[in-house]
Amino acid sequence: MRFYIRLFELNLKSQMQYKFSLFLSCIGQFITAFTSFFSIQFIFMQIDAVDGFTYGQVLLCFAVIMLSFSIGEAIGGGLANFPRMVNTGEFDRMLTRPRNLILQTVIPFFDFTRIGLLAQGAMVLGIAVPRSGVEWTVAKAAVLALMVVCGAVLFFCLFMFQAAFAFFTMNSLDFLNIFTYGARQFGRYPFSVYGKKLLGFLTFCIPLALIQYYPLLYLMDETAHPAYWFVPCLSLLFLLPCRALFKLGIRKYKSAGS
Amino acid sequence: MKAYFSLFRIRMIQGLQYRAVALGSVFTRFCWGFMEILAFSAIHQSGGGFSMTFSQTAAYIWMQQAFIHLYNVIDGDQEIEASVNNGSIAYELARPMDLYGNWMAQCLANRLSPTLLNCLPVLAIALLTPVPYRLSFPGVRATGLFLVSTMLALGVAGAIATLMHITMFYTTSQRGVKIIGRAVMGFFGGGLIPLPYFPEAFQKAVGLLPFASTQSTPLLIYSGSLTGRDVAFAMGLQVFWLAVLTMFGHCAMGRTLKRVVVQGG
Amino acid sequence: MIEFQNICKTYRVAKRQAGFGNAVKSLFSREYETVRALDDVNFYIADGDIIGYIGPNGAGKSTTVKVMCGILTPDSGTCLVNGKIPWKERASHVKDIGVVFGQRSQLWWDVPVIDSFELLRDMYKIEEKAYRRNLEELTRLLELTELLKTPARNLSLGQRMRCEIAAPLLHDPKVLFLDEPTIGLDAVSKIAVRKFIRKINEEKGTTVVLTTHDMMDIEALTERILLIGHGRILLDGNLEELKQHVSREKKITVKYTGAAPALSAGMKLRESKENQLTVSLDPRVLPVSAAIAAFAAQTELLDVSVTDISAEEVVAALYKEYRI
Repeated sequence: MRFYIRLFELNLKSQMQYKFSLFLSCIGQFITAFTSFFSIQFIFMQIDAVDGFTYGQVLLCFAVIMLSFSIGEAIGGGLANFPRMVNTGEFDRMLTRPRNLILQTVIPFFDFTRIGLLAQGAMVLGIAVPRSGVEWTVAKAAVLALMVVCGAVLFFCLFMFQAAFAFFTMNSLDFLNIFTYGARQFGRYPFSVYGKKLLGFLTFCIPLALIQYYPLLYLMDETAHPAYWFVPCLSLLFLLPCRALFKLGIRKYKSAGS
Repeated sequence: MKAYFSLFRIRMIQGLQYRAVALGSVFTRFCWGFMEILAFSAIHQSGGGFSMTFSQTAAYIWMQQAFIHLYNVIDGDQEIEASVNNGSIAYELARPMDLYGNWMAQCLANRLSPTLLNCLPVLAIALLTPVPYRLSFPGVRATGLFLVSTMLALGVAGAIATLMHITMFYTTSQRGVKIIGRAVMGFFGGGLIPLPYFPEAFQKAVGLLPFASTQSTPLLIYSGSLTGRDVAFAMGLQVFWLAVLTMFGHCAMGRTLKRVVVQGG
Repeated sequence: MIEFQNICKTYRVAKRQAGFGNAVKSLFSREYETVRALDDVNFYIADGDIIGYIGPNGAGKSTTVKVMCGILTPDSGTCLVNGKIPWKERASHVKDIGVVFGQRSQLWWDVPVIDSFELLRDMYKIEEKAYRRNLEELTRLLELTELLKTPARNLSLGQRMRCEIAAPLLHDPKVLFLDEPTIGLDAVSKIAVRKFIRKINEEKGTTVVLTTHDMMDIEALTERILLIGHGRILLDGNLEELKQHVSREKKITVKYTGAAPALSAGMKLRESKENQLTVSLDPRVLPVSAAIAAFAAQTELLDVSVTDISAEEVVAALYKEYRI
């Protein structure tokens, strides 16, 4: 544990050497989140609800996705460097160290600038909570917290899933961005907006709806079934195939010539 | 000129080398566009008096996906960034060439070549999607105007990109500049939602900015949201911004190179 | 102890042809080529040995080292390093080895070297006492005192390489893998690095596996050499044996004043300059001492030097012989 904490400190230390850059990136993340907030705001200046979801409820979705994405990406976003590390053989170095491979890869790239996105997400949540029409109880607040936490894990898994492909293709497969950056973009609206088939896909294949649409129904009292409580946790099952793919990838790892 | 052509040819061959990447990128464009269209479909079904119809929006989004690399401002010029960061720019400076023109040409090639690979397959898929979502054809005249306006947009995008690359001489923080640039371009250029979805007064002001002269203008022409004199005005604005930005960029480059400190020895 | 038995490893590589048409064609159908990187490789390395592992680019050198380090999983065969299978027990295996890739840095770029070292201490769970002792010793031997406070990015290549070599020795590895440790270094740094490797091997009994293109490294450090080509071990022996294998000839250069000496049987003229003569000698026909005596009898000798064929020449001859 001490090692991982030290690795984290070292990363912070290196990034702090470029303070201005860090600052500018934080501002940038904040502006990015701000523009997508406005794109919802503008739409709702002309309509009252989308697919039966009110402004406050859509904002709640938006905030949950943004919070969980910013946490998941701050931790897992560094895996975007993974194809490069595999291609240049930098990953060799990780393999010659007696520590967990994923943590070794992720911690040095932990992205502190995501705090800009996180701040914006928290602000939007602050706007959404009183306007969503949800009658808040302790149980509902807990579900909301679960949505964010499980969502963060799920986004992390998605980044890992994408990174693991680097073992097989030697190229970054950008189309998998649909499930990470795309999910952030399209998760602004409850996933039911995109139709039954896509909702099914996002329930059973890439379980993004489990941290957004279903628990939202519970918050809105559309259903009182206590099982919905548990739904966000189910998304954690996605960890298993991701881990398996990563393990398989290491076995197939070819390293770079030289 | 011949040098530029062979540079271009190598790019194309490189692009084709990576099959999975090429096919994956077409697939991404399709998924991305389709999801956007579904979201707008739900929005339009919820009522509201939008100044852009649903089928216009669908056309806007499909064309945006097909030409996305062409309108892109921020990404795709890795070799220019690398040349400044690792100091190999020193070679370029030693050559009897105009660096601004050279960068601009590279920027244009970097945007044009992936578009040629990407655009036809995406358009084909967009024409095959079921009806309410299908890409509509606005007629020969509008398409011709769209193509001209797209070329102007490419120029404006390249000019803005080159200006951003010049900032590399002043800051080591490219990442921050890029994130901010991406957000601003996406929002004011009609990348997140088309400008007609903006509140009216705001929309008018934003339309005058150089950002709207990239993707927004050609896409609005194709989708039929801009018609008649508005088209002439918007395209005139594109020409204006292209001229201003290249002139400004040229001067900025000249001034910068006078005080340049090449990094890395 | 390192043991390699019947290790094979193949790669599948997409064939690519030049030209625009072929690039388009390869979008739809693609031919693959199987490359045998390692083809039934066998060898045994005892504890405390220094092994020079040589071969041209693409011969399978890096692949072998990467299998030993646990980076690559071979297709078949068994490999034991310190009694462990590297790719199966990765974490416990790599605790016993140290790796230096000359072309890549293992130090954290933006922070002082000492921070990297402390991170390694935690990474390998090195006891504080052992860490202190090793750090002091390495600092003394490699003269690191000033360098430790400097961020790695501000070090010169030679300075950095000294730190790179110190880093994997902090955890007292049983085996040290050095992949081109002297590449790009100036002469002084090269000699310092070689001296240090010798010392570590002698004092701690560390097994050293050295891959390099610099034959001076081999000459200075190793007794045993493994030559690999086309994925097979072609030769396994000490440098002297390899020299004998290639050529037994000695080169004699004499400087003299007065009349030029005549050549005896068994000598061949290589070069003749003013007051200087170079011949190659077959010691089976004429012993070296007899040859020198013959020269001395004819003229006044100012200087005599006798050299073997150089390691550089040996390797060039071997590559040629095996067509690798």
